[in-house]
Amino acid sequence: MSKPKIGFYWCASCGGCEEAVVDLAEDILPVVEAVDIVFWPVALDFKRADVEAMPDNEMAVCFINGAIRTSEQEEMAQLLRAKSQLIVAFGSCSHMGGIPGLANQFVRTDILDRVYYDSQMVVNPDNIRPQEATAVNGDSLSLPSFDGAVRTLDQTVDVDYYLPGCSPPVALIVQAVTAILEGKLPDKGTVLAPDIALCDECSRKESKPDELSINKIRRPFEIEINQEDCLLAQGLPCLGAATRSGCGAACIEGNMPCTGCMGPTSRVSDFGAKALSGLASTITGEEEHDIARRLEQLVDPVGTFYRYSLPMSLLKGRAISDKGAKA
Amino acid sequence: MKQRIVIDPITRLEGHGKIDIILDETGNVDHAYFQVPELRGFEKFTEGRPAEDMPQITSRICGVCPTAHHMASSKALDALYHVDPPVAAKKIRELVNSAFFIEDHALHFFYLGGPDFVVGPTAPKAARNILGVLDKVGIETGKQVIALRKELRELITAIAGKVIHPVFGLPGGISKPLNEDIIEQARTGADHAVEFGRFCLQVFNDVVLQNEDYVNLITSPAYTTNTFYMGLVDQDNKVNFYDGQIRVVDPEGQEYVKFPANEFPDRIAEHVEPWSFVKFCYLKDVGWNGFEEGRESGIYSVAPLARLNAADGMATPEAQSAYEQYFSVLGGKPVHFTLANHWARLIELLYAAERLQELANDPDIAGSNVHTIPDATPDEGIGIVEAPRGTLFHHYKTDERGVITRANLIVATQNNAARIAMSVDQAAKAMIKDGKVDDGILNLVEMAFRAYDPCHGCASHSMPGQTPLILRIYDPEHQLIDEIRREP
Ligand code: SF4
Ligand code: SF4
Ligand code: SF4
Repeated sequence: MSKPKIGFYWCASCGGCEEAVVDLAEDILPVVEAVDIVFWPVALDFKRADVEAMPDNEMAVCFINGAIRTSEQEEMAQLLRAKSQLIVAFGSCSHMGGIPGLANQFVRTDILDRVYYDSQMVVNPDNIRPQEATAVNGDSLSLPSFDGAVRTLDQTVDVDYYLPGCSPPVALIVQAVTAILEGKLPDKGTVLAPDIALCDECSRKESKPDELSINKIRRPFEIEINQEDCLLAQGLPCLGAATRSGCGAACIEGNMPCTGCMGPTSRVSDFGAKALSGLASTITGEEEHDIARRLEQLVDPVGTFYRYSLPMSLLKGRAISDKGAKA
Repeated sequence: MKQRIVIDPITRLEGHGKIDIILDETGNVDHAYFQVPELRGFEKFTEGRPAEDMPQITSRICGVCPTAHHMASSKALDALYHVDPPVAAKKIRELVNSAFFIEDHALHFFYLGGPDFVVGPTAPKAARNILGVLDKVGIETGKQVIALRKELRELITAIAGKVIHPVFGLPGGISKPLNEDIIEQARTGADHAVEFGRFCLQVFNDVVLQNEDYVNLITSPAYTTNTFYMGLVDQDNKVNFYDGQIRVVDPEGQEYVKFPANEFPDRIAEHVEPWSFVKFCYLKDVGWNGFEEGRESGIYSVAPLARLNAADGMATPEAQSAYEQYFSVLGGKPVHFTLANHWARLIELLYAAERLQELANDPDIAGSNVHTIPDATPDEGIGIVEAPRGTLFHHYKTDERGVITRANLIVATQNNAARIAMSVDQAAKAMIKDGKVDDGILNLVEMAFRAYDPCHGCASHSMPGQTPLILRIYDPEHQLIDEIRREP
């Protein structure tokens, strides 16, 4: 029997998800033994044409990281969908839009103006801006165009499974690949990580009071963070209660609050709304406006609660896209 | 008849470099353009964020060098809040940065740039990759490379929370002190790293320096570009990756200027071209005079070659003797040979390892006070570190609550962008004659930018294997008349 064929691909990615695969280190060897990697642009020279030449469903699985921003990325996602039995959205950017998805708060021209005109060190007397096509000495040079907004992978093509995290924890990558190779797969649409909240695997959960009450929301640099107590109990907006586990509570081990990169558990549809209401319920106050005032201490609610998930959120970023003009 | 050659790693759709080579009627190179076709707008979408989130947000510019962004950002926060971190915090940050340099430089040497030399620039293309390197140096060595990178990345995880996107940086220090286990882990890792650094230089000596053809290639005019050079130096003008002043030397190797980090915006300017998303940095006082060499042109270079040129030496003993050997073999300072970056990178690897060893054995890192709580009102802050790929600059302005109103970032590769463009043009002109192009020639052109470390825009990717390339030749009507594929 021939080995199953698998592919890796990146869209709008920082490269961290690819490093995560390299971090499998020697664990990658049995995987390489068991499969044929037929597409992995960073490491192998198989081209788009090779993928186009494949029969449909040729690949057992293709892992796609990064968000979708250009028409080229969209086309590649569609092509890989057609050629793969399974598509796994790999990492927060692909799963939820990721940190670059925060760009959805701003319109495209604001971003370009800021970078090329309105920047302290730029000397640009002729107001030059990169163009899709430029004539130089009678020849034309081209650059790709960008969509107005960042999208998640499943806003672009049908996705079978999700490997969450920024970047995904190595142990989960190994488990997912093993499950796929052994055909032991859960229902379509499953996020391939434990379906419990991060607090449940956190070494500090014992000190998380049953009923939390926060008088003041703290910023991590304002206090001496102790290494024993639940960070929420110390006043820091740790999102562990709303976040899916599977990372080994990495940030908490680093003595910093969880910012939610693994996304929500299956019972939650809008991560930010859940995280926000979770935090609001821990804040003490007689009256509703007391609570509102405490929440105002949070200087950046969008960046706090939707740090990795703005494009996937009910807001999609568009509702607040004029914020850039005010800023 | 004009022809066009496009070298485009089309398999990398964003964050990749692209080269357009225009041939004239005789089939010689009219001009080669190095383009960066990407933009993600971090400068804009970080506005409105609390400044203390910047070390974690900006690390997402690049998952290959997140640690460098995290460091530059944390230092910018110190300046923003006018707070001086405790000595333990500074040393632990530098320790992490050193460990990161070692594993990152190792990645480049064994997986990316090294294959051209260890296996050979004209070796069969199928062997010009990590597997070819392992063939040459032995599989046991390969396992050592993997093991060492893993050991150092685990050390970074233990201290910084995560290695791909660390979390420990705060204005005024770091989030937690080191315990005995971690210090022990750092010491062992450092010892292994020093041995590894020696070994890498030995490999370079045996395989490259003992081969006359390679040495001739390194020193050939096709890969020689005369520019200014920039790098961070300590108070003795020795190379430093974490702190110090920025020193610039002119194309003759004389100090041109030395200035503290906060003068960076007054000294450097950015030039915009319509055909690339990357902005081209230059020395403001010299001015932008096009893609030209020499001291009339403000173009400068960063990264290993530049750092060694810009300094008077290395601060650790073994790296210092390697530094001396380097300049004596290559004919004194400054070295303008782009391909010498590979050698300079390994000397830096050994320095980072020796420095890691010093820091791991420094009693200060056991200090329990690692964070000074800032009490000043934040306003403006600049942070600079050396990233493996060159000087990295973060500059923030905030309101009185510490919310970002302005962020300006100059990433390492942007400092090098103009020189990379020139190096590629030069190599193409020297290598492509009478319309003759084949895979070997293509690789020789590609080597001109690979030497800088192919992590373009720093928002892009730098991974095992080599950049897969397609080269297409078009007739004047832009009809494809030939295609050359370079298999890995
Ligand atoms: S999920 Fe995180 S690590 Fe992966 S590409 Fe996005 S930003 Fe990078
Ligand atoms: S809130 Fe944070 S620190 Fe507290 S138990 Fe949950 S994950 Fe751990
Ligand atoms: S602690 Fe939270 S933010 Fe950190 S890795 Fe885990 S899920 Fe992601």
